Amino acid sequence: MERLPVLLLLLWLCSAFFVGIHLFVGGFLLVRLEVNKSSSCADALLPGAARPDFCEGGARFRRAVLLVVDALRLDFARFRGGNPRPFENKLPVLREVTSSQPEHARLFAFRADPPTTTMQRIKGFTTGSLPTFVDVGNNFASSAVLEDNLVRQLARAGKRVVFMGDDTWESLFPNQFYRSLPFPSFNVKDLHTVDDGILKHLYGTMEGADWDVLIAHFLGVDHCGHRFGPDHPAMADKLTQMDQVIRSVIRRLQNDTLLVVMGDHGMTDTGDHGGESLKETDAALFLYSPSPVFPAALSQAEPEVVPQTDLVPTLALLLGVPIPYSSIGQVILPLFHQESRTAGARSHLSQLEALWINAKQVNRFLETYSYVARDIPRESLSMLQDKFASLWNEYSSTVKEGRTASPALVAALQSYLTAVREVCQATWAKFHPLKMASGIVILATACTLCFAVSEALAGAGDTVALRASLAMGAFAGAGVAVGQLGSLGYVDAAWCLGAAILSSQLAFLWGLRRGEGRAFARGGDPRRTSGGSLSPPVFSVPLLVLALRCASLLSDSYVIAEGRVATFLLLSLGLYIPLRLNWEGLLLPTSPDCQKAPGLLPSPPLSSSAVRRESLVLLAGLGVLVASLYLSLFLHNCREEQGGCNPSPLLVPLARVQDSGLRNLRYVLSVASLAACTYALRCWLRHYGNLNGPGAAVFAARWPLPLASLCTGLYWAVSSTPERSFRGFAELIALALVVLPRVAFAFLALGATLLWMNPLTVFLKPRQAPSQGKGPAPLPRYRASTALSPEAELHHLIPQLYQRMRRSLEDGESSGGPEGDGRPAVEAYGLGTVYSAPVVLLSGLLGLGLLLLHSEGMALAFLLLLLEGTALLHLHASSMTLASLQGAHKGDFSVPWLSVLLWDLAATQFFHATGHLPTFPSIQWGAAFVGFPQGHVGTLLPGSLVALNTFSSHILFAVGCPLLLFWPLVCEVQAPRRGFGGSERNAVMEMRLRERPREFSTALLQLAARCLCVKGAQVLASALAAAILRRHLMVWKVFAPKLMFEAAGFVLATVFTLVGFALVLRVDFAVSGWFKRLIPEQCR
Amino acid sequence: MWDQEIKGMASAHMFIASAVFVGTLLPAIVAEKFSVYGSHLVWVYSVAGSVAAVNVAVFWLLGVGLVAKKNTLSYKVSRMVRSGLHFTLSCFFYHIIVVLYGAPLLESVLETFSLAVLLSTFTTLRCLCLLGPNVQAWIRVFSRDGAMSVWDTSLQITTACSVIGAWLGAFPIPLDWDRPWQVWPISCTLGATFGFLSGLVIAPVWIHWHRKQLTYKSK
Repeated sequence: MERLPVLLLLLWLCSAFFVGIHLFVGGFLLVRLEVNKSSSCADALLPGAARPDFCEGGARFRRAVLLVVDALRLDFARFRGGNPRPFENKLPVLREVTSSQPEHARLFAFRADPPTTTMQRIKGFTTGSLPTFVDVGNNFASSAVLEDNLVRQLARAGKRVVFMGDDTWESLFPNQFYRSLPFPSFNVKDLHTVDDGILKHLYGTMEGADWDVLIAHFLGVDHCGHRFGPDHPAMADKLTQMDQVIRSVIRRLQNDTLLVVMGDHGMTDTGDHGGESLKETDAALFLYSPSPVFPAALSQAEPEVVPQTDLVPTLALLLGVPIPYSSIGQVILPLFHQESRTAGARSHLSQLEALWINAKQVNRFLETYSYVARDIPRESLSMLQDKFASLWNEYSSTVKEGRTASPALVAALQSYLTAVREVCQATWAKFHPLKMASGIVILATACTLCFAVSEALAGAGDTVALRASLAMGAFAGAGVAVGQLGSLGYVDAAWCLGAAILSSQLAFLWGLRRGEGRAFARGGDPRRTSGGSLSPPVFSVPLLVLALRCASLLSDSYVIAEGRVATFLLLSLGLYIPLRLNWEGLLLPTSPDCQKAPGLLPSPPLSSSAVRRESLVLLAGLGVLVASLYLSLFLHNCREEQGGCNPSPLLVPLARVQDSGLRNLRYVLSVASLAACTYALRCWLRHYGNLNGPGAAVFAARWPLPLASLCTGLYWAVSSTPERSFRGFAELIALALVVLPRVAFAFLALGATLLWMNPLTVFLKPRQAPSQGKGPAPLPRYRASTALSPEAELHHLIPQLYQRMRRSLEDGESSGGPEGDGRPAVEAYGLGTVYSAPVVLLSGLLGLGLLLLHSEGMALAFLLLLLEGTALLHLHASSMTLASLQGAHKGDFSVPWLSVLLWDLAATQFFHATGHLPTFPSIQWGAAFVGFPQGHVGTLLPGSLVALNTFSSHILFAVGCPLLLFWPLVCEVQAPRRGFGGSERNAVMEMRLRERPREFSTALLQLAARCLCVKGAQVLASALAAAILRRHLMVWKVFAPKLMFEAAGFVLATVFTLVGFALVLRVDFAVSGWFKRLIPEQCR
Repeated sequence: MWDQEIKGMASAHMFIASAVFVGTLLPAIVAEKFSVYGSHLVWVYSVAGSVAAVNVAVFWLLGVGLVAKKNTLSYKVSRMVRSGLHFTLSCFFYHIIVVLYGAPLLESVLETFSLAVLLSTFTTLRCLCLLGPNVQAWIRVFSRDGAMSVWDTSLQITTACSVIGAWLGAFPIPLDWDRPWQVWPISCTLGATFGFLSGLVIAPVWIHWHRKQLTYKSK
C-alpha cells in the first residue's frame, strides 16, 4: 500500500483547516498584550527629565461621583422636540442643568470601542486602553484586571473608593475598593435588584464622609433593553427613575466634587449590544460640578464626541493621581484652564500642561508596548515617534521662551494623541471582516474537499494531482507574497498561506472533478460507479444529523445545552441503526415463512443462526451504548447560564470530601473503574493473542500499562488523604505527590515509545521439521501463477503465508492438541489483529495518562468512555457484518458516514461527561499541578497539561479512529469458530487488508477524510456562528468561547488522528518488513 | 380496487383525525377553565382516549386486519388480554426511551408517562388493531417490503410520522423563549399529535401517488 501519499494528502487536508482557522481567528479574536507596569507619582516620563511629572499639578477636585448607567444611549439623554418615543426626553435634568448652568455642566457623546460589552467597557474606561476579547496576560484563570487602572491609582493615592452595583466590578477589581456593595448582574430579566440595592445605600454614603470616589453602576436600563427593547414603556419608567437619581445626587454634591454620569455603551433598536454600530457605541457622558469649571460660552471647538478612553487621563489629572500606564486617552480639554497658570495659583493644570503630560505618558506606553509586541505596524510607529520628537522641540522652546500656549501647539498635541489612538484602534479594536470571510471560505472549501475525497474515493495514487495542486498553491502563495512586498513593503504570512491553500484546494477539486468526468466518460472503473459514489448521499440521515448538530451551534441555547444535544443526537443515531437494518430486511434472518420476492436475491449462503447472533450482538451493543450514555449524563458540569442544575458530585476532588465513609466509597469506585479499564484492555489483547512473545509492544502492554495504573491508584490515595491525619508522614506524602504521577507518566511514555519503535504484537512459533518440505503445498492456488520476477513471486507468496498463519492462529488457539496433517510451518499468534492491537494499546496508554490529569471521580467517566467506544465499534462491526452476511455489502472496507458521525458525537459527548464545558471558568486548572504540586516555571508545560486534560475525549476518540476500519474485520473471526466449520476465506481478519493494499489505503484515506469532514463542519459552523452573531448579546459569553474550544479541540483531535493513522502506517511498514524477513527462511 | 381502498382509508383516517379534535373540544366544553397548556394531562388523556376509541371502532367496523383464526370466546378474551398487556408494555417501553433521551427520571413522572401513553395510542394501538398482539408481525411490517396491504403502508407512515413528530417536539425545549408550550412534555405531545395528524393526511396521498409502484404480496 502507498503510505507516504496517504500521509501527505492527510497533512495537506489538515493544514488547509489550520490555515482557515488561523485566518478566521486572526480576524475575529483581537489579541493585545497587556503591559504589566504601573505609573507612579515619582515617574519621570521623559528620559532626561529631572522633575517627576504626575501629581505635580495638584488636584482640581477632591472627590468624584461616578454614576455608570449601563447602556445609556446618547439619544436617551439628548432632548428632542416633537412626539417623543418612550425612551426620549425622559432625562430632563440633563438639559435643564446644561442650559441653565453652562459653566457647571456639559453633555457629550461618549463613544465606546467595540466590543461593546459591559466587562470590556469597564476595563476600557478604567485602564484607558482598548481591551479586546483576549487580553494576553499572566493570569488566565481569573478575570481580574492586571493592567494599571484608575481604581488602583486612586487606591494607591489614598483615596477611599466606594463601589456599589454590578458585581462585574468586584471580579475585575477584587479587594481594591475601600468598601463595595456588589449585586448580582447575571439575570437579564431582573430589572430592579441592582438599582434598588444601589439606591438603598447611595444617598446615605454620599451624606457620610468616608469616601473620596463613589462608583455606582446601574443595570436596570441595560436589562430593560435586553428584555423589552428601548421602545417600551418600561424603558420610560426606568429612565425616569434615573432622572430622579441624578437630581438627588446633584442636590447632595459639595463644591469639591465632580459628578460624572455615563453610559458604558449604547444599544441597538432591539436592545442588544456588543458590536460596532453607532447606536451601540455612542453613549452619553454628562459632567457636572457645583463650582464652575467650564468656559462660559462654547467658545473654542469643543469636542462633539469624546472617546471612552479619554475619561481616564481626565479623571486622573483632575483628581491628582498618575495616569494609568497603558492609557491611550486624551484629556477632555474644556475641563482645564485655557490660559497658562495664573499668578500664584500653582494648583491647577492648564490645558497645555495637561496635554503635554498626557502626550508624554502615551509616548512612554507606546515605546514600552512596541518593545514587547510587534503588532503595531512599523511605519506608523515611526511616524508617531517623529511627530512626538517635533512636538517635544516645540514645547520646550515655548516653555523656555515663556510664551503663552499657542492654539497651534495645542492642536498639534491633540492631533498626535488622536493619531496614536487611531493606530491602536486599527491594531486592536476592529474585526477584520475580510480575514473572517476568507477564513470561512477556506474552511468551507476544506470541508467540501474532504467530502469529495471521501466520496470520489480518490485513491492515494493521485499523487500527481496532489503535487500539481501543491505546486499551484506554492505559486499562488509566492505571488501574493511578492505582491505584498511590492505594494506594502512587508509580508503578511496569514494572507500568503491563505492564498496558497485556497488555490491548491481549488486546483485539487477541479482535478477531482475532471478525473471523475473522465472516468465516467470511459465507463468508469466499476468500483466508482457501483459504489453509488456518483450521487453522493447528501440527504442521508447521518448527514442530516450532522447538519442538525452544526445548526445547533448557531443558537446560544443549544450551545449552552450542548452536552444534552450531543447525547440526544447520539442516541437518535444509535436507535436509527437497528431500525434501518430492519427496514432493509437485514436485521432478522429471512425465514421461509416470511415471503420475500422470489428471485430478488440469489440467496447467498447465509445461516439464520449467524444472522441471529450478529443481531443479538448488535442489540447488546446498543444496550451498552444507551446505558453508558444515560449514566454519563450524571457526570456533567453546569454552566452559569443553566439554572437549577447541580454539577456532578464526582467532579469534586476527593481531598475535599469531608465525610470519610463517602470518601472511601468514592475511592473504591474510582480504583475499581481504573482496574476495570486496565483489565479490559489486557483481556482484549490476550484474547486476540497479542500478549505473547518478546516484542517491545508486547512488553509495553504487559508491564508499563498495569504499573502506570497502579501508580495512578496510589497517587489518588495519597492525594486524597486529609492533611491532618498523617502528620508524621507529611514529607513522605509530599514526595509521593511528586513522584507517583511522574513515574506513571514515565511508564506511559516508555510504553508509547516502545510501541512506536516496534509495533508488532505478533508471536511467531516455528514448527518442527516435517512440515518443512511440504510447506507451500496446502494452497496451490497461489502457486499456480508462476512468477517472473522475484518481486512478483514475493507478491504472491505473501497472501499464501497469511492463509497459513491464519489457520495456525486458529488451530493454535482453539486446539492445543496433537498436530494435524496439513499443519503449516509456522504459527503466528496475534496476526489477525496486528493493526488494531497497537492502536488499542496506544489508546489505552493515552487514556490512562489523561485520566491521571483528571480528578479521581472521572475514572468512572473513562470507564464509560471505554464501554461506549467498544459498544460503538461493535455496533458498527455487526451492522457491517449483517449487511455482508446477507449480501448487501459492497465488499470494500469503506466506513459509512453513520459510524464516523457516531464516533465524533461520542467525542463531544464525553467532552461534557468528563466535566468539561466550553467556557473559560470551567477549565480544570488543577491538571497543571498533577506531578508538579509546587507549580511551574514556564507556561508551556502547564498549558499543554491543561489542554490535554480539556480535550482528553477528543484525543482518545481521535487516536482510536482507525479502529472503525479494523473492527468489522476483527469481529469476523467469531463467525466461523462458534457456529459451524469456518471457511478459511472468511477468517483472515486484518490480513485481508494486506491482500488488497490498494483498497486498504483508499479506505484509510476515506475514513480520515470523513473524520476530518465531520469535525471540520462543526468548526465551520461555530466560526459561522461567531461571524454572523458577532453583535449578539451572548457572543463573548457563549459563541466566542465555543469557537475557541471547538477550534482548539479540532487542532488537537486532528493532530492525534494523524498520530493514530501514522501508527497504522508504521505497523504496515513493520508488517511488510516482517514478512520479508520471514519468507526467505521458510520458502526459499 | 385501488381507488376504493384508498378512499376507504382516507375516510377512516378522517374519522381518526376528527377524534383528535373532538378530544380537544370535548373537555373544553365540559370542564371549566380547560386549556391545552394549563391542564395538559387532561388534554393528553382525552385525545388518547378518543383516538383509541375511534381507532378501535373504525378497524372493527371495517374489519381490516383482525382476522381471527378461532372464533371462540376464550380465544377472544385471551387476545384482548394479550393486547392490553402489549399496550401496557409499550407504554413502559416508550417511557424508558423518553427517559433515556433525557427526560427527568423522578420529577414529572406522570407527564412523561402520559407522553408514553399518547405515543402508544398513536403507534402501538394501530399495530394491535391491524396485526394483533404479534410482535414478530410488527417487526416484519417495518421493513421495506414488509407491507402487505395499503393499511400496512399507512401504518408505517403514521407511526413514523408520530415518532418523528415527538422527536422534533423535543427541539424547542432548551430554547430560552419562555413560552408555555416549551414546558415538558407539552412540545413533545403536541409534536407527536401533529405528526400523527400529518401522517394520517400523508398516508392516503402518498399511497395514491405511488400506487403504480406499490405491489403487495399475497396476504
